[in-house]
Amino acid sequence: MLLIHCPYCNMKRPETEFRNAGAAHIARPLDPATTSDAEWAAFLYLRDNPKGIIAERWRHAHGCGRFFNAIRNTVSDDFVTTYKAGEAPPETEAFASEVAPGSREANATGKQAETAL
Amino acid sequence: MAEDRATMDETAASEPPYLRSAPPLARFVFRGDAMGEAKAGEAFGLGFPEAINRAASKGERGKPGGRVALRLGPDELLLIAPVSEGQAVFAAIGTACTDIPHALVDISDRHLGFVLEGPDGADVLNAGCPLDLSLPAFPVGMATRTLFHKAEIVLWRMEPRLFRIEVGRSFAPYLEASLRIAMNEAR
Ligand SMILES: [Zn+2]
Repeated sequence: MLLIHCPYCNMKRPETEFRNAGAAHIARPLDPATTSDAEWAAFLYLRDNPKGIIAERWRHAHGCGRFFNAIRNTVSDDFVTTYKAGEAPPETEAFASEVAPGSREANATGKQAETAL
Repeated sequence: MAEDRATMDETAASEPPYLRSAPPLARFVFRGDAMGEAKAGEAFGLGFPEAINRAASKGERGKPGGRVALRLGPDELLLIAPVSEGQAVFAAIGTACTDIPHALVDISDRHLGFVLEGPDGADVLNAGCPLDLSLPAFPVGMATRTLFHKAEIVLWRMEPRLFRIEVGRSFAPYLEASLRIAMNEAR
């Protein structure tokens, strides 16, 4: 069983207490009225499926109940790091080398990533 | 295993863990900001614990004036009081927080409580709960939501050998049966 660090409980907790909640840093279009169907569909459904490093939302469902974000390696299942919801992805080497700079900048500011939509 | 424990602690062999049901209690979930917590704590008669996964208590549980507050999330508190004072506590917190956004929910009937006592309590719990329950990792006063096999529980270490368990009512028979199996194996 994996031990996952919850940034709110600030301790490692057993994997079974957690739920995965999909890719992190997917910004909702700011003005749905002017968003095309294609853009909306991309926001709802289109996700990367990387072999390697990914930023994901997780929830400490059977613990403090909080959503947080994690940098995880999809090959090794290694949790590189976890951080609180709303925080920018931390500067980790593994993350920097594998995530495109453009989308990362958008993620960090919490704005809609134009290139991704 | 039993022999190891006996050599570590002479009382262990003659003193198996035992399990009993907690008496009916009034229980509330409070959520609010710092100001709301301060006002609610004042009305409750017990300041809320500041650190996450920690308990505060005063008086004897279930007896007049007994109060328990467990911080289960960054802004989520489980409050426990005697049944006879439940309505008064609910009203007092509601009044104190009238102008402050907050949530106060009566969950008295949602939970049942158990008390597990004895030298092997941590071993018994570890049959279904993967947390590190050694004293340094899970000290007296720590309380958290977690899992026992498939059942979500709230686990609170009241004393080194005394655990308090809160569980959803419908899971209680499952939890009790699972604990009793583990207790037989720990013996
Ligand atoms: Zn947590």
